[in-house]
Amino acid sequence: MNIIVCLKQVPGTTKVSIDPQTNTLVRQGIKNIVNPFDTYALEEGVRIKEKHGGKVTAISMGPPQAEEMLREAISTGADEAILLSDRSFAGADTLATSYTLARAINKIKEDNLVICGRQTIDGDTGQVGPELAEMLGIPFIAYVSRIEEINNGRIRVQRLVEDGHEIIESTLPAVITVVKEINTPRLPSLRGMSKAKSAVITTWTAQEIGADKEMVGLSGSATRVIKIFFPQRVRHGEMLQGSPESQAASLIDKLRQAKLI
Amino acid sequence: MAIHIDLEKCTGCANCVPSCPFGIIEVIDEKARINEGCTLCGACQAVCAYEAIIIEAIPEPVASTDNHRGIWVFAEQRDGKLKSVDYELLSKGKELADILKTELCAICFGHNISEIEQLIAYGADKVYLIDDPALANHQEDLYTGELVRLIQQHKPEAVIAGATSLGRSFIPRVAAILKTGLTADCTDLAIDNETQRLLQTRPTFGGNIMATIICQARRPQMSTVRPRVFKKKLADPKPNGQIIKVDFDREHITSRTKLLNFVDDLTETVKLEDADVIVSGGRGLGKAENFQLLQELATAIGAALGSSRAPVDDGWIPYSHQVGQTGKTVCPKLYIACGISGAVQHLAGMQTSDCIVAINTDPDAPIFEVATYGIVGDLFKVVPMLIEKLKVD
Repeated sequence: MNIIVCLKQVPGTTKVSIDPQTNTLVRQGIKNIVNPFDTYALEEGVRIKEKHGGKVTAISMGPPQAEEMLREAISTGADEAILLSDRSFAGADTLATSYTLARAINKIKEDNLVICGRQTIDGDTGQVGPELAEMLGIPFIAYVSRIEEINNGRIRVQRLVEDGHEIIESTLPAVITVVKEINTPRLPSLRGMSKAKSAVITTWTAQEIGADKEMVGLSGSATRVIKIFFPQRVRHGEMLQGSPESQAASLIDKLRQAKLI
Repeated sequence: MAIHIDLEKCTGCANCVPSCPFGIIEVIDEKARINEGCTLCGACQAVCAYEAIIIEAIPEPVASTDNHRGIWVFAEQRDGKLKSVDYELLSKGKELADILKTELCAICFGHNISEIEQLIAYGADKVYLIDDPALANHQEDLYTGELVRLIQQHKPEAVIAGATSLGRSFIPRVAAILKTGLTADCTDLAIDNETQRLLQTRPTFGGNIMATIICQARRPQMSTVRPRVFKKKLADPKPNGQIIKVDFDREHITSRTKLLNFVDDLTETVKLEDADVIVSGGRGLGKAENFQLLQELATAIGAALGSSRAPVDDGWIPYSHQVGQTGKTVCPKLYIACGISGAVQHLAGMQTSDCIVAINTDPDAPIFEVATYGIVGDLFKVVPMLIEKLKVD
């Protein structure tokens, strides 16, 4: 099995705060991390390799500093890592990003399975996986929570949907996205860390993946952000005072009056 | 990069630094520098008094909107039953179509769908229906192929689908084949008066920031929309529309993926998304066993049990109960949040509930910002009191 895992470096913003004076995100002390959902994708790729043999290639589109994240990927089991970095890639929406990733994956050629996280924690779109599959012209399965079998050029998986789970079978090669229920990512091993230190991270530019300049980055993007704003929340509710007993009593009164209970 | 600083004009005044919603501008050696992560939103350009920030306009091909008409809603079904998000999207779609003075169409794939005429009652002028046993389940390869075929044939200007598991999985594939823009997980849609473009607003950065996005030139404009953010309007008592049956093009499409089985996971009697009342617990519960207390309250008032992310991550309660950005979006009549601080990711999944009750020890918890009734107190004292009083009466 040759496995490609797509990773994205994102700001670790889940506990972000907003500076009330400037109304901007407070970035101090927030370091870049690998998108948490992608760590499950990498772990699953490494597990499949351990079971079926083959190679895991980690791939990322991003600025030069994403190289550090790809080294981390090597320390937790990736065999090789490729960084797609070019100034022309900047400003890409999901369409341009998936085109760029597809160009690189086509260059690697011998892929059997491409694994992505279900979504990133910064963009939150979850669109790159399915769009990538179409750009590559191969099947796609989202939200995989367990790989049941890989055999004879086919894969059978369990995947989570909102009201249950589904069992889906597909031909290979294919693109899958995984959810966090699929595994528990390992920590870097000592051997992995020393391997990561000396690993050569390949960097490919737009030219090296034969990308059409009109299809990458901002030029290749179909969408534009035209406005950014902060959700405004003002307290407008009523605080119920008193002892727990009187709080409970007044709540029940109000809910009954509103015919909510 | 299509944004740069004209170093001759930049005075290093730093006015642009606080204007950046992403905080990525710094002043180094008395010149502003824009770091990675720019979305070209233009906030810095607007405050620069020296015209030193230049955003290069990238020439766009002229929109081919002339021959793209009509708003389409993809109407999702499971087991022949339409989903409530279909009606929500049609209600909003009708508004948009009226502004654009164009038609509203529903697209539905499945087999033996009951009450298909309801799509007309909720606003569709036309329903394109492909009814075939092969489409009964969510066979995404087939759905992708057929939706692409219909869009290429009829050229709508916008296509809207629910941001459900199905919508978020196959709609991006349709967009990629059509090489058009898609905005995920929108919470608002509007029409720009001047350009007639669809303004698509969505939370990003885990709900910390809202972004309004347009699809400039390519058509159709596509969005997935979160269930339960648009209100379903009343059904038209005298519906007027037509159902157009389209044959399934089985020759054309090969399915490489096959859905073998669907298993319903929810063990509770009330489904979270359909519940009128939800009692939800967070990290404040302390341990798995304490959900029992919430279950008692839920039973007393006929509510479904929800959870914020932390208890799910810690394995106290299954993922199917999770409300929020990566869980379910709910909009019950009453949502009682116990021991939930209210991270933006959780609020994103429940803040449109009609009435929100928050019980939390921390008076500064963000959950109180969305609460209709707030109780600052210990849930282990307040909740038993609620149960006791409900039992007495």
